[in-house]
Amino acid sequence: MLSSAQLIEFANNNGIPLWALNASIALVMAIVVFAICGLGVIVFVYMERKVSADFQLRWGPMHVGWHGTLQLIADALKLFSKEDVFPRNADPWVFRLAPIFMFLPAFISLMVMPIGPGIVIQDLNVGLLYILAITSISVAGIVMAGFGSYNKFAVIGSLRSAAQMVSYEVPRALSIIGVVMIAGSGKLSSIVGAQHIWYAILQPIGFVVFFVSSLAETNRAPFDLPETEAELVNGYYNEYSGMRFMFFLFAEYIALMSASALTVVLFLGGWHGPGPEFLGPIWFLVKLFAVIYVIMWIRWTLPRFRIDQVMDLGWKVLLPLALLNIFITGIIMLVI
Amino acid sequence: MISAIIYFSIFLIVGIAIVAAVIGISKLLQTRKPTKAKLDPYECGMPNVTSDPRVQFKIHYYIFGLLLVIFDVEMLFIFPWAVTFRSLGLAAFIEMTVFIAILVLGLYYAWRKGVLKWV
Repeated sequence: MLSSAQLIEFANNNGIPLWALNASIALVMAIVVFAICGLGVIVFVYMERKVSADFQLRWGPMHVGWHGTLQLIADALKLFSKEDVFPRNADPWVFRLAPIFMFLPAFISLMVMPIGPGIVIQDLNVGLLYILAITSISVAGIVMAGFGSYNKFAVIGSLRSAAQMVSYEVPRALSIIGVVMIAGSGKLSSIVGAQHIWYAILQPIGFVVFFVSSLAETNRAPFDLPETEAELVNGYYNEYSGMRFMFFLFAEYIALMSASALTVVLFLGGWHGPGPEFLGPIWFLVKLFAVIYVIMWIRWTLPRFRIDQVMDLGWKVLLPLALLNIFITGIIMLVI
Repeated sequence: MISAIIYFSIFLIVGIAIVAAVIGISKLLQTRKPTKAKLDPYECGMPNVTSDPRVQFKIHYYIFGLLLVIFDVEMLFIFPWAVTFRSLGLAAFIEMTVFIAILVLGLYYAWRKGVLKWV
């Protein structure tokens, strides 16, 4: 993404091998992405609390800082000093590794996200497949958390969550096919580049299927069955406390960010917008926040589904719809 | 290609390192006073009465896992077809329709057999 010709010349002049150059740029990028993630999570949690307060006619956080803006930083500092309880019977390795397995996929999937014309860390040819493959690893993290913590609620929550995520992965992956057919590429930047009309308009069925199954994949309401507070007491992470708990929360919000960014890239025109080209990242951010606002709106409007309703919706409604979408897209493309 | 692998591994390492470092720093700052009751598995505030939580789980989870394998592999077959669809034309479309029809038939069979019913 940087002007690589100059960098390669600089490396040649000073005798730096190319892989070392790549690795050092990658290191800087990884830290920058992590910083963006941290900032993003703080903004999203604050936004979530304010949006929910707005929907319930409350004020939300108001006391720490101007309109409670520093509340999340205070919470993070508090969690830093909290005791990290390790249950007696918990599996030492599985219990400790689970937050990492939850956090990593969401973090790594941001690597291929194009936020502006040419502004992308690694523009893989198979970017779309890469994101689908990486984000499905987090199921392993959830099952590890459930089985590692040796707790009945955690086991039930993790199994439910695994079944739910596994079921919604299929319609999610199949709803993307229509986009790939029109754009003729699996590279995210070329999908955005080909998107002069939003694919949400060209692919209304695909968009709805993708959006609903993204909600289920990120365990957002109305699909937040894994963490039903009332029956499973936060499900798979109910034995976690302190910093590990915070990483579960962190992973959840980064996954939300990643899923919303993918929605923007695939269906809402990515960086395209009125005005000159350098406004691209700003348009991307505006669309990202709009999608996240809609997701929060859904969370505070709809009640939670039952587990059998969730499975029915996934296999009996969304999957046939996604297959139908491929068929219709194919016919229309052949006719035109 | 090589640079993609380097980026991927650096991101992986940085991700693990940051999680480990943050948990490590928090370990230095926190107070630890493990008591017997605190280390018990959580059970709605009751004393721990139930037995081993790692029970046998329902067979349904396994069946949904199998269905996932079938349909995710299907998606992998459709993906390359979708990328080159524009240049392939009608014949490829008919072939893919047959392929999807077979799988839809399989889904219909599973549906009628009551596999998709959550009990």
